[in-house]
Amino acid sequence: MSDVTHDALDYVPPLEVEEEELYHAKTWLGKYVFCQDAKVIAIQYSLTAIGIGVVALVLSLLMRLQLGFPHEFSIIDPSNYLQFVTMHGMIMVIYLLTALFLGGFGNYLIPLMVGARDMVFPYVNMISYWVYLVAVLVLVASFFVPGGATGAGWTLYPPQAISPGTPGIDGGIILMLVSLALFIIGFTMGGLNYVVTVLQARTRGMSLMRMPLTIWGIFMATVLALLAFPALFVSAIMMLLDKLIGTSFFMPAMISLGEQTSFDGGSPILFQHLFWFFGHPEVYIVALPAFGIVSDVLSVHARKAIFGYRMMVWAIVAIGALSFIVWAHHMYVSGMNPYFGFFFATTTLIIAVPTAIKVYNWVLTLWRGNIKLTVPMIFAIGFIFTFINGGITGLFLGNVTIDLPLSDTYFVIAHFHMVMAVSPVLVVFAAIYHWYPKITGKFMDDTLGQWHFWLTFLGSYAIYLPMHYLGFEGIPRRYFAYGETDFMSASAADLNAAITIAAFVVAFGQLFFFWNLFISYFRGKEAGGNPWEATTLEWQTPHTPPRHGNFDDLPLVYRWAYDYSVPGVEQDYVPQNVSPAEAENLGKGGGEQPT
Amino acid sequence: MVLVVVVVLLIIGTVLFHFLSPWYLTPLASNWDTIDLTIDVTFWVTGLVFIVVNSFMAWAIYKYRYDKNRRAEYEPENKKLEWILTGFTAVGVAAMLAPGLFVWAEFVTVPEDAHEVEVVGQQWHWSFRYPGKDGKFGAVESRYVSEDNPFGMEKDDPNGQDDVLIFSPTLHVPINKPLKMNLRSKDVLHNVAVAQFRVKMDMVPGLVSYLWFEPIKLGEYEILCEELCGIGHHTMRGMVVVDEQEDFDAWLDSQPTYAEILGTPKGDPQIGQAQYAACAACHGFQGEGNPLMNAPKIAGQEGWYIRRQIEYFKTGVRGAHPSDEFGAQMAPMAMTLIDDAAVNNVIAYIDTLPQVDSPQTVEGDVERGKDIYTTCGHCHGYEGEGVFAVNAPHLAMDDWYLVRQLKNFRDGVRGAHRDDKYGMQMAMMAAILQDDQRINDVVAYINTLPGPQGDMGAASVASRE
Repeated sequence: MSDVTHDALDYVPPLEVEEEELYHAKTWLGKYVFCQDAKVIAIQYSLTAIGIGVVALVLSLLMRLQLGFPHEFSIIDPSNYLQFVTMHGMIMVIYLLTALFLGGFGNYLIPLMVGARDMVFPYVNMISYWVYLVAVLVLVASFFVPGGATGAGWTLYPPQAISPGTPGIDGGIILMLVSLALFIIGFTMGGLNYVVTVLQARTRGMSLMRMPLTIWGIFMATVLALLAFPALFVSAIMMLLDKLIGTSFFMPAMISLGEQTSFDGGSPILFQHLFWFFGHPEVYIVALPAFGIVSDVLSVHARKAIFGYRMMVWAIVAIGALSFIVWAHHMYVSGMNPYFGFFFATTTLIIAVPTAIKVYNWVLTLWRGNIKLTVPMIFAIGFIFTFINGGITGLFLGNVTIDLPLSDTYFVIAHFHMVMAVSPVLVVFAAIYHWYPKITGKFMDDTLGQWHFWLTFLGSYAIYLPMHYLGFEGIPRRYFAYGETDFMSASAADLNAAITIAAFVVAFGQLFFFWNLFISYFRGKEAGGNPWEATTLEWQTPHTPPRHGNFDDLPLVYRWAYDYSVPGVEQDYVPQNVSPAEAENLGKGGGEQPT
Repeated sequence: MVLVVVVVLLIIGTVLFHFLSPWYLTPLASNWDTIDLTIDVTFWVTGLVFIVVNSFMAWAIYKYRYDKNRRAEYEPENKKLEWILTGFTAVGVAAMLAPGLFVWAEFVTVPEDAHEVEVVGQQWHWSFRYPGKDGKFGAVESRYVSEDNPFGMEKDDPNGQDDVLIFSPTLHVPINKPLKMNLRSKDVLHNVAVAQFRVKMDMVPGLVSYLWFEPIKLGEYEILCEELCGIGHHTMRGMVVVDEQEDFDAWLDSQPTYAEILGTPKGDPQIGQAQYAACAACHGFQGEGNPLMNAPKIAGQEGWYIRRQIEYFKTGVRGAHPSDEFGAQMAPMAMTLIDDAAVNNVIAYIDTLPQVDSPQTVEGDVERGKDIYTTCGHCHGYEGEGVFAVNAPHLAMDDWYLVRQLKNFRDGVRGAHRDDKYGMQMAMMAAILQDDQRINDVVAYINTLPGPQGDMGAASVASRE
């Protein structure tokens, strides 16, 4: 039963290379603005991502007002609706979640958790953020050009993305494509850093199979992103060429509002393949870091080793690999050769197996634990619940036959928001409540955190659970209004109104979070260095918040990241840098750990 | 422990919601009960997992809640348990996938005896083509598409001469016969979907996709476009009418073939002039309109638009709403044009009347109107010049008439009739003008547009590029 599953306890390899001197900024500007310290870059990434995410949240509320109370408020017209659909989706998926998980958490946690002083290429890492910021600004600028932002849907399908009849076919789509290209350039610089740092800069003793799952998740997600984003990059470039100089990569011979066009021979479906070759791994680029982080949060607060660590690592790797051969499940009804359906349905449902294993192992981590229901922990548990729900509905859509009635309906909206929005965002919150004490030295307020959790968790479930059933009824997505639709029940409009109200409740709930984030910085309870009594290296730094360079002497790692409640050791956790000899005395007459 | 209670309540609530929800699959009207069956199987398997895993989690949170005198178990791994769970999951996944693949195999294989219809998508409009007596579709080419040849038919292809062309978005199909739909698009992506038939498929310019089903219930079923196709996406509606075979045959026979459409004589303005006398009483001898009689200007209006409105007045699609008093006056007048030839003749005559500018009578905020007009411009053209391809007339109409019609559309007086497929689209768009002031604003802006007199048509489309 309890055979040792991790590397032999006491092995620490000898030092092979001398440490290099870290770059130290000399000016205020170099320390806080054009900073090369991964921790500062992480904060810059996070604040920018959250800032633009709030914009996307407001867009979704404006859309919900129209859907819940059609034409009552007259704030948006059909053009705005499509523009907001597009910008909301693109911002949330790429500029918020991808940037926050990799640029934010990745930058903060990778060097700390693997025991490095900084990223391997700090200068390139800094450039990465500034290019990202420019990408965000270009994206925002697209709202203000003539014709406004593109309204092509976040998938930007041609021909419609660059054809008359769609909002933003001039400046809007051009700036969107330029912004995406910039984002990818910026991300690549950061991403190379994350991968190389994980592979090359781990401290002595930190073997791959001793790494916390957070790092495994972020690492694998970065590998996926480095392989997947180029597909989006080339599609953006090709579409720009179609738009600007009239090439026909994606544009077939076609009519546009009754007029002949000069396009000929392009393939709209080619774009879809490229887009989803990026787009599906993108789902896991967001999900894998969340999987990793939630594993660590659950383990720490349940005072118990993550269940089935090795299986968890292999599941992350397997999901990452499989995610590259399922993309066309987004295209079952796209008009591609329908025989593809057999292959992609099979691969898609196979990916459910490693994903289910992860869920079982999270739940089994709670089993026989000693569960502290702290704020990060309840967010993590909330995640398990919403993720089970969202994963299950994926089995409907992934099964090609069921996709026929459900594709392009509200079922799809409900599914991907539950699995890709609510679930990862709950993890984002869990992570912020969990690591805030390390980043600032202060706890976040518990009461505000509880309010935030309940409004967010219950509110989101109230939005998305019933929405699936609108999809069963056949109600299509991306509709500005429904008018008289025969098969739509009259009560569907009432449900839409209720969903809108729930959306406003969730948005209101975020105020508790932002206030908490702000006020705790000044008035939060002092947290000390390791408030959750966790084992991983970021909690073992000599200073909190960690200073430039993270550690005095680089820690030596003797054990895996999950030595909680180890038999024979009195203290219920053994940090990774504690040697077997020291461990015997842990908790015996030593100083009390801060709580 | 609140969390445990809430999780349990959510599990129960979710299951109850599922069984009590009034929102669920629409009653099936096709052969695809196997799709519904696959959904049921998936619900049973996943529902079980949902209940078991979440219940176990709730129990674990309760049972192993924090106690400072207790320690968690140290059990990093349990190979046996993990493999058992993996095995069960694999079996469950196979149980869902197998029926899915079998049904999909059925879906991709069209029955031998299926008859065919072509569905043509274009921005915000459906049209249909039957292969005619010879059972063969004539060749079509995107580059042949024009106002006179909306299907892009190749003129000389003998297979195409007897093709039955249905330009209106209503399709009739016979019951209990497998039907293969060949799908193509003239412009952007579309998706033909009928909720009650369960199946849907994208329409892609440059290729022909397909789907098949067998209607098993008489009735009318709404077609929706379910692939984002631009600003009018939500108004792109059509209708499938499932008929008994004989009703279907009769309907099909009454529809014109391509050859017949080519052979239709043009209207004669000489004959039309005589018939126009009746119109002149209200609309004026030059078609300049008369606000005192509530008769709008008709000179310069597109023939296809006038033809459709006359049809609507004659068949009660327009002018029959109790609040449409002026439309009610027009309806009996339209009846005096007894057949298509008469309609064509009078339209030919109207076409000869000189276009005159209407007096401007509506005041509004032009700047605000310009803002609102961005929505209108997608169909009616950015200069108000009208775009035939999206069935949108030019807007060089009397401004008082525009105001009245916008209110009619908005208030369900016009465009609410089931057969007014284009009026329905305008009604859904006019809904954004809830405030009367907005109507005045947008009409005030329309007054500043050059309309069809201006630099119109292709040129204006190009100017936006």
